[in-house]
Amino acid sequence: MNFSYYPGCTLKTKAKELDMYARKSAEALGVTMEELENWQCCGAVYPMAEDEIATKLSAVRALAAAKEKKQDLLTLCSACHHVLKRVNDDMKNNEYIRTRANNYLKLDEAYEGETNVVHYLEMLRDTVGFDNLKKAVVNPLKGRKIGAFYGCLLLRPSGVMAFDNAENPTIIEDFIKAIGATPVVFPCRNECCGGYIAMDDKAAAQKQVERIMDSAVEHGAEELITACPLCMYNLDANATCHKLPVRYFTELLAEALGVK
Amino acid sequence: MHDTNKDMAEQVIRMSGVNPRKCMKCGKCSGTCPAYDEMEYHPHQFVAMVEKGRIEELMASKSLYKCLSCFACVERCPRNVEPAKLVEAVRLLVIRQQGKNYLKAEDLPALLDEKIPQQALVSAMRKYSK
Amino acid sequence: MQRIGVFVCWCGSNIAATVDVAAVAEAMKNEPGVVYTTDYQYMCSEGGQSRIKQAIKDYNLTGIVVCSCSPRMHEATFRKTAVAAGLNPYMVEIANIREHCSWIHKDKEEATEKAVILARTAVAKLMLNAPLTSGTSPVIKRALVIGGGIAGIQTALDIADAGYEVDIVEKRPTIGGRMAQLDKTFPTLDCAACILTPKMVDAASNEKITLYTYSEVESVKGFVGNFSAKIRKKARFVDATKCTGCAVCTEKCPSRKAKNEFNMGLNNRGAIYIPFAQAIPNVATIDPEYCIHAKTGKCGICQKNCSAGAIDFDQKDEIIEREYGAIVMATGFQPIKLDNFEEFGYAQYPDVVTSLEFERLMNAAGPTKGTLLRPSDLSHPKTLVFVQCVGSRCSADAKDGKPYCSKICCMYTAKHAMLVREKYPDTDVHVFYIDVRTPGKNFDEFQRRAVEQYGVDYIKGMVGKVTKKGDKLMVQGSDLLNNEQITIAADMVILATAIEPDPSAKQIASLLTASIDTNNWMTEAHAKLRPVESPTAGVFLSGVCQGPKDVPETVAQASAAASKVIGLLSKDHMVTNPCVAQSNELLCNGCTTCEKVCPYGAIEYKDKPIVGPGVPRGTIRRVAEVNPAICQGCGACTVACPSGAMDLKGFTNRQIMAEVDAICK
Repeated sequence: MNFSYYPGCTLKTKAKELDMYARKSAEALGVTMEELENWQCCGAVYPMAEDEIATKLSAVRALAAAKEKKQDLLTLCSACHHVLKRVNDDMKNNEYIRTRANNYLKLDEAYEGETNVVHYLEMLRDTVGFDNLKKAVVNPLKGRKIGAFYGCLLLRPSGVMAFDNAENPTIIEDFIKAIGATPVVFPCRNECCGGYIAMDDKAAAQKQVERIMDSAVEHGAEELITACPLCMYNLDANATCHKLPVRYFTELLAEALGVK
Repeated sequence: MHDTNKDMAEQVIRMSGVNPRKCMKCGKCSGTCPAYDEMEYHPHQFVAMVEKGRIEELMASKSLYKCLSCFACVERCPRNVEPAKLVEAVRLLVIRQQGKNYLKAEDLPALLDEKIPQQALVSAMRKYSK
Repeated sequence: MQRIGVFVCWCGSNIAATVDVAAVAEAMKNEPGVVYTTDYQYMCSEGGQSRIKQAIKDYNLTGIVVCSCSPRMHEATFRKTAVAAGLNPYMVEIANIREHCSWIHKDKEEATEKAVILARTAVAKLMLNAPLTSGTSPVIKRALVIGGGIAGIQTALDIADAGYEVDIVEKRPTIGGRMAQLDKTFPTLDCAACILTPKMVDAASNEKITLYTYSEVESVKGFVGNFSAKIRKKARFVDATKCTGCAVCTEKCPSRKAKNEFNMGLNNRGAIYIPFAQAIPNVATIDPEYCIHAKTGKCGICQKNCSAGAIDFDQKDEIIEREYGAIVMATGFQPIKLDNFEEFGYAQYPDVVTSLEFERLMNAAGPTKGTLLRPSDLSHPKTLVFVQCVGSRCSADAKDGKPYCSKICCMYTAKHAMLVREKYPDTDVHVFYIDVRTPGKNFDEFQRRAVEQYGVDYIKGMVGKVTKKGDKLMVQGSDLLNNEQITIAADMVILATAIEPDPSAKQIASLLTASIDTNNWMTEAHAKLRPVESPTAGVFLSGVCQGPKDVPETVAQASAAASKVIGLLSKDHMVTNPCVAQSNELLCNGCTTCEKVCPYGAIEYKDKPIVGPGVPRGTIRRVAEVNPAICQGCGACTVACPSGAMDLKGFTNRQIMAEVDAICK
């Protein structure tokens, strides 16, 4: 199984582990991740305004490159996944944006949203299958009580993201079960970590994180996993009272597969 | 409605693609907003004020920079109004003006700590400056 | 040669403001066959009609064209007018220059041009009209009511009271429907069972009423006055004639996995069960899905314990065929599924319940015997939060939910809040509302009582998210009037869940060729003037199947539907529509296409001697024959017929082509 792979800026710098363990695990699972050549930063936030065209182009380039290779586009970072998936939806369904983006890019063939954007977790669920993943685990993480922190970007808006039930998701819990650990469902798992507000108003971010940590601890989580470098940062750097260890889900995956 | 405000309201509606008249004024957006306490004007007020053309007041408010773009209001709105898109459109109306960036590149070094990911910087620059 | 009169109606300003009515009348003077034209302010009025009658006599008219509103509105009126003046009623044509013209156009010049074309088209058709005579068909004096809730019961009781036989078909093992599940009823707070069960008993004991419970309508054929239905009476595996309803079997049954539907799944029931104590018929039913004997052939504990010897594991479904003159839909509603509203945590937290579940938790015959205990730990809840409009009033592009107001929620929520405060004064009760909608006799007064006398805290705003903290549900919502976001630590959350038509309605509607709207509510023949009749003749609407309703409204509508049924059944014969299909046997090639497309089974193929020019004497061919008593004049056969043999009286192929030519002229 071959995928085009879009790592994104942070996975080359502060979130190297997210990328490294994903690659090692994929190899162990027989999945090939072919990093796109000359990819550019997606911009990290989806530009919501209809007249924001230029800020969507780097995402369109990545999508068009995967289309050329006739591959699905694999993502890891929640923010990149969110931006690529939503821009792809615009290119498919919003004629205004599609026409203008193509006018800018002058690709050999107009891009019209043909590429499937697949998050690594979706790949594990739908391509590998959690049952097969379970079989491939050599080092089950028995006895570990792990809370899945989804954040916002993977889930919302559910109409476009179509990742899971946005209010009561199960995909990361199913992943945790597959690697032999015990998932701890906590109500604030799909709340916002504070995101970029950390740059402007640390207290606001701390308030968000506090609520999430409280909820996770109260429900018995002993560690958290995430797919997003910004969630990782906020949960780690802006936790005030409770502080659970936070890891990228790929690190635990690699551990379970014995490739860490 | 003052003409300038009317023009700006139309621009916000055009940029955001949001029709504020779809709102049934239930307040669920403000009931769900995690940044509610930080905001002077709350999500439901953004919808109501754009509908009434009160754009200048919104443009002058710090609320524009408190929205987390978490899409909770968008996800849960029973009328699919998408209040977050209005916040973004009004913010763009401000920061697209000359010299009105909320966050400037030269401010960044002071904000950095060792762990801060690139994603945070890019997001903040995209949201707060043009 | 026809002598045609054209009468152009102003409809006050409805037509005259947009169409130059005098110009239309003037233009028609030049049409072939037209000998008289005029315009008048209200052609349907007494004065208008007498002008038509006078003109028919004065000008010896053979037919009239009335340019006015839709024929659905006044065709019958003008036909009567024509008959009074000695014309055949089918020598009347209506040109719809209101709905099809003045109401949808703004430009007077364009609208006038279109009105002229529509009038000319009607004249062209009328030129080819021939007098038609109606026949009659007998009316079967028995009614079928589908659904045995309060709507179906009331309709059946009223029909039976007028002396006609009526059958109720109910898919569940007992009649009673949703109302049987309710605890108290607003605005008087009398107990639902106390007022419903006597009616259930009346229905069961009425000699004119036959109950088919645990039964479903499988097919329906025929037409108004002459329906025939197949009813599947599902096997209960209990001989209803022997079962005494002692309920010993239901207690002894070792299979306890089935969710108790009557209690909205809040507890379990045996595989053999009687839905509730006052069930009618008071007979046990075995659910084969959960019956150990049905699955493995072992067990049989119910059989061993049944002193009446009523258990019959070999019982088979029974098919009953019956004929009816009228059919009443009374299929009711269900609460919607909340899968896409998990921000309220319904699937995640047992103490988040729907309002119908809450009815059961408050009811003496419910899973907690009427003591309000929350499901998670059976503790007494101190703080309760009610959330209104859950899944109602959602836009079509929202992720889920219904676009309509479910209508009953404001009142039952006020009722629940009041009952809780009355019974448990130590509670805090909050209600999140968007609007409080209480139009109804004594309804607003009722809701005000909840606030003013019972101290229920009404919060204008909506809940955004429910989370759990400790043993509390943290209800985060907006308080719009105080411009605050608030979080209430609650013990229970009750969701006023939107209602939708029972899923059986869609399928039954298609059996009856009755129409439903985009939300699967049954459509009325006229939203205002014929609210209890379906557009399909002989099919009537009772209760919530037509749209959200409370109990008083349901009962009123159920009686209204019954009166329409009685009106129909009181006739010995129905006047049939003479606009029926007929086959030209000389042209018919016997292909049977028409027979296959006929939705009413009105066409038969018969060997017939054919006499005509060029046909050898003694020729016998198999050709189509239309039964005019069954044909409803839908025209499907005329379109399907490849040889042009099939034609519809009053709407012949020649007439249609003349209309097309007139439009294209």
